[in-house]
Amino acid sequence: MSRSSPLPARTDLRRRLLLTYGGFGIVAIAACLAAPLVGSTRISLAHAFSRSAPFADNVDAQIFFLARLPRVLAAAIIGASLAVSGAVFQALLRNPLASPDTLGVSGGAALGAMVAITFHIDVTLFGVPSIPAASFLGSLGALAIVYVLATARRRGLSSTTLLLAGVALNAFFSALVLFVQYFADFAETFRSVRWLMGSLDVAGYTPIVAVIPLLALSAAGFATLPRALDLLSLGGDAAAVRGVNVRRTERVALLSASLATGASVSIAGPISFVGIVVPHLVRLIVGADHRLVLPASALAGAALLVGCDVAARTLFSPLEIPVGVITALVGAPFFLYLLMRRS
Amino acid sequence: MLRAADVSFSYEAAPVLHRVSFVVSPGRIVGLLGPNGSGKTTLLRIMAGTLSPRSGSVQIDEADISTLSRRDVAKRLAVVPQETHSTFDFTVLDIVLMGRYPHLGAFELEGGSDLAIARDALAATGTLALEHRLFATLSGGEKQRVVIAGALAQASHALLLDEPTASLDLGYQLAIAQLLTRLNHDRGTTMLVSTHDLNFAASLCSELVLIRDGRIIAQGATDVVLTVSNVRAVYDVDAEVGYNARAGHVTVIPIARAH
Repeated sequence: MSRSSPLPARTDLRRRLLLTYGGFGIVAIAACLAAPLVGSTRISLAHAFSRSAPFADNVDAQIFFLARLPRVLAAAIIGASLAVSGAVFQALLRNPLASPDTLGVSGGAALGAMVAITFHIDVTLFGVPSIPAASFLGSLGALAIVYVLATARRRGLSSTTLLLAGVALNAFFSALVLFVQYFADFAETFRSVRWLMGSLDVAGYTPIVAVIPLLALSAAGFATLPRALDLLSLGGDAAAVRGVNVRRTERVALLSASLATGASVSIAGPISFVGIVVPHLVRLIVGADHRLVLPASALAGAALLVGCDVAARTLFSPLEIPVGVITALVGAPFFLYLLMRRS
Repeated sequence: MLRAADVSFSYEAAPVLHRVSFVVSPGRIVGLLGPNGSGKTTLLRIMAGTLSPRSGSVQIDEADISTLSRRDVAKRLAVVPQETHSTFDFTVLDIVLMGRYPHLGAFELEGGSDLAIARDALAATGTLALEHRLFATLSGGEKQRVVIAGALAQASHALLLDEPTASLDLGYQLAIAQLLTRLNHDRGTTMLVSTHDLNFAASLCSELVLIRDGRIIAQGATDVVLTVSNVRAVYDVDAEVGYNARAGHVTVIPIARAH
């Protein structure tokens, strides 16, 4: 960490905030601009952005903006949401192994979305289409269970208990997902299995626009959290006696993380390990302060998932493997490494 | 000033505190003594406002704690727990700057004056040289001094300390007692200290509150309250109690469990 220089804290923190937003921002933007250039048809970035021909005649621009950019943006949004949610869960539960997937929150979201898909539920809740809404309700339900478990005893649960509870919840939700699938016909089953692997086969901007209200709400919630999360990492009472409204912070954090996870899962299915790998890597670079960790996680998560999606599209081209397979292949060994290092 | 007025508390049916009243006057150090399960920690949590009493009230500087926001309580009162753990790799300076939380706006960054206050608190606890170290890598005694520095940076006029020396060896116990005495002398910091260590209490506190089974057995000036009969009444222990001229305070030597 760059804390060796005796700069005044204000300048130091400002500088580190600027470096964090600037550095990670450049990486994320570069990933989003470069990723659409990769694919079966070669296109040029300069040509795609050129105004010399009208959009209807500019093939590069059409491929860039209509075929590939929606998918890249979806990857960026999902990567950012899952990474920030992971960072928030880790601080809130004071457990470095917490994440949307290890806690069973992604599983709950997947179940919600599966129910909406399989039974063709098509109602709009407060402007949010049924699949994201159902996905959010699923993640909220799973989190409610985790929260009750974590706060049932006065001193909270141990890491092991929380993770085992996550394993049990995941198994439970998987069973329910299979149960729901049983009612689906052949074509639906094929689609839902693909979806459950975590796939970014996004066409057009519609799925992204659909989740914007959820994401806007969760972003507003996340923005209020960083300093309170720093203090909460010392414990609930320790944060309270330093002036943190613990209950409000917990509610805002859990609700925002449910919204973000639900929104991501509704687009691409449960994509695992982004929520655990990214915050850990980010902390190695920016340190522990959540005013740096949260924005850095969002930007790094976006860049990482965009990169993984490029790999998923190109590694076995023309075959396309689900991006969830890539993140799990990278993330699972990393998770085991963290587990070993802790014990 | 810190006052408990007729405080009672129970977990479900089990009574923990029964009509406890005492006052910590400004600039005083009051010790809270009692056996395990006597209600000390519960009482401290109620005094800190993190737990609400079933009946009775707690006042800080004449204001009822239940009418104050967490932020306003934190500006007047800081708490030093038995042990502090950080889940993430915060530095010593980070931990102390967290004490500035109640004084800053929601999106305000710590400024130069906050840093000056934090450094001043580190210097007062003899930990300025540690400021860039990771908190998790410190020894128990160093951690405790850093947490006390954070408490000073937060609200320098009243501290609640919950068994601050329980996990420390003899040398660190004395160092913490000296540090608290000096802070009280130099800054006039008011303190309420719970402890199991009667000699630590005798060296530090001008007044004691003795509780057992959630009731006050005795309270008053340390050399008046710390007697053979009170030690027996609170702990069921026979002890020798006498003034030690070299220590400069009353000392207690436990002899045997009383029958």
